[in-house]
Amino acid sequence: MMSGSDPSKEEFWRWQEYHRIVPDIKWSSKDVITAGVDVGSVGSKAAVMVNGKAYSWGITRTGANSPESANKALDYALKDTGLKVSDLKFIVGTGYGRVNVPMANKAITEIACHAKGANYIWGPSVRTVLDVGGQDIKAIKIDETGRVVSFLMNDKCAAGTGRGMEVFADLLQIPIEDIGEISLTVEKEPEPVSCTCVAFAKTEAMGLLRKGWSKEKVLAAYTRAMAVRMANLINRVGLERELVVTGGQSKNRGIVSRIETILGVKCLPMPNWREDGLDPMVAGALGAALIGKALYEKAQKT
Amino acid sequence: MITCGMDLGTQRVKVVVLKDGKVVGRAQGFSGFDPTKAAEKAVSDALKEANLTMSDVKHFSATGSAVDMAPYANSTVSMMGADAKAGVFLVPAARTIIDVGAEEARALKCDEKGIMVDFVVNERCAAGAGAFIEAMSRALEVKLEEMGPLSLKAERASPINASCVIFGESDVVSLIHRQESKPEIARAVFDAMADRVSSMIHRLGVNPEVVLVGGVAKDVGFVASLNRKLGLSVVIPEYPDYVGALGAALTAASRAAKEAQ
Repeated sequence: MMSGSDPSKEEFWRWQEYHRIVPDIKWSSKDVITAGVDVGSVGSKAAVMVNGKAYSWGITRTGANSPESANKALDYALKDTGLKVSDLKFIVGTGYGRVNVPMANKAITEIACHAKGANYIWGPSVRTVLDVGGQDIKAIKIDETGRVVSFLMNDKCAAGTGRGMEVFADLLQIPIEDIGEISLTVEKEPEPVSCTCVAFAKTEAMGLLRKGWSKEKVLAAYTRAMAVRMANLINRVGLERELVVTGGQSKNRGIVSRIETILGVKCLPMPNWREDGLDPMVAGALGAALIGKALYEKAQKT
Repeated sequence: MITCGMDLGTQRVKVVVLKDGKVVGRAQGFSGFDPTKAAEKAVSDALKEANLTMSDVKHFSATGSAVDMAPYANSTVSMMGADAKAGVFLVPAARTIIDVGAEEARALKCDEKGIMVDFVVNERCAAGAGAFIEAMSRALEVKLEEMGPLSLKAERASPINASCVIFGESDVVSLIHRQESKPEIARAVFDAMADRVSSMIHRLGVNPEVVLVGGVAKDVGFVASLNRKLGLSVVIPEYPDYVGALGAALTAASRAAKEAQ
């Protein structure tokens, strides 16, 4: 859409869209194949499961049109698998645009899906899930089966969410994937910025650059402020180990390591999503596919 | 006596040249990445309009959120102080002054001398400021200056999230998908903002006359929504965006008079 229009203007905010098929899983029409489609404010994710095991997924950027984004994400997840949408026994839509997932059999809140997905990715020891997406932050308490016990979210203000990071990537001309690591290269951690309003991110950063701050220091101060907001939310919901981070910002080392420092606990390690691990950005879609399997099986029994 | 006032804001710099209680020059420009340079340009433009040079200026006062970067300033004045002073100068009956700028909204109560008595401010959040309209105009793909006239054509309004620009933007996108008409969405944007601003004023108490200043006062859509919300007719002075700079110039004049004594 926007890419390729002007090669001189690199889009630093643009994160990598990709899809993955887990090798060594074979499916047949007798298997319970389900899918979860998580249409977020910034990213649309779809995951396919075969008998409750992650089989493939795709991550794309959410466009202006939610149903289209949902279709695109699911097509991406199904790409090269030989599966068609009609092979899917049950599809659950979730995320900010969940009511606009046209092919879904049911819509489920992303809170339940992220809880289930975190339990699937990291196992039954997870008790607190921090989901940081494009424009929201949720702290979710879960039990050993991945069921939601309680949660808190930023329902009034998008300050300190992933959208702000995109603004920074563009302004500082640093690829979004590198922002976290670069923010950690400062010798001394600066004071967090006082304002994390996404709409003001640009002026805030420009003010600091004008003062002569380095890019690294500006990033550190902003990332710190984001991490403080997230840590506060976790404390309000009540931190209980193990803690994990899901959503797009789980890939931001600058955020995750600062949350660990502020809270004084280590998160469970990030799976190696670049190679053969599951991707915590897909946690919501994976959870949705799992819930889809349970719903399908329940319907078969009755 | 000639004095000069500057309002160096986050988005624009405004300059007023005052001669014996009369405005003889005004100019503005975008603050940009180098506000000091932008300010120097605006000052030279305003002086040129007044046919004066810097050596004629007895006292120079500055205000605004980037006041620490203001060139030439002999003294500074708070944004509230400047608004109160200029508000009462322009509208002697003014007792409540609302200033809605690009990134901040403020309201203050003042006495008949233009001395501020109380104030409330909405800062660090774009939802109650001009930035909200700007973001929504981008989402709607309507020019900023067309938003107001467009909203006046609306027959009804659909509520949108007014607590946050980013959430509001999502709501606007959903309204577009629901094929709500552009005038109705524009109206929703102004209603949402007027809601924020009026709840801020109600914390302060509404004392007529209510004067609206700042760049957003030029937006007919916002003014209509705010009047509806407050159930009164706010007074808008000519050149509402220069009120901060005028307040600084007036302050400069009283300081110069004091120095002369």
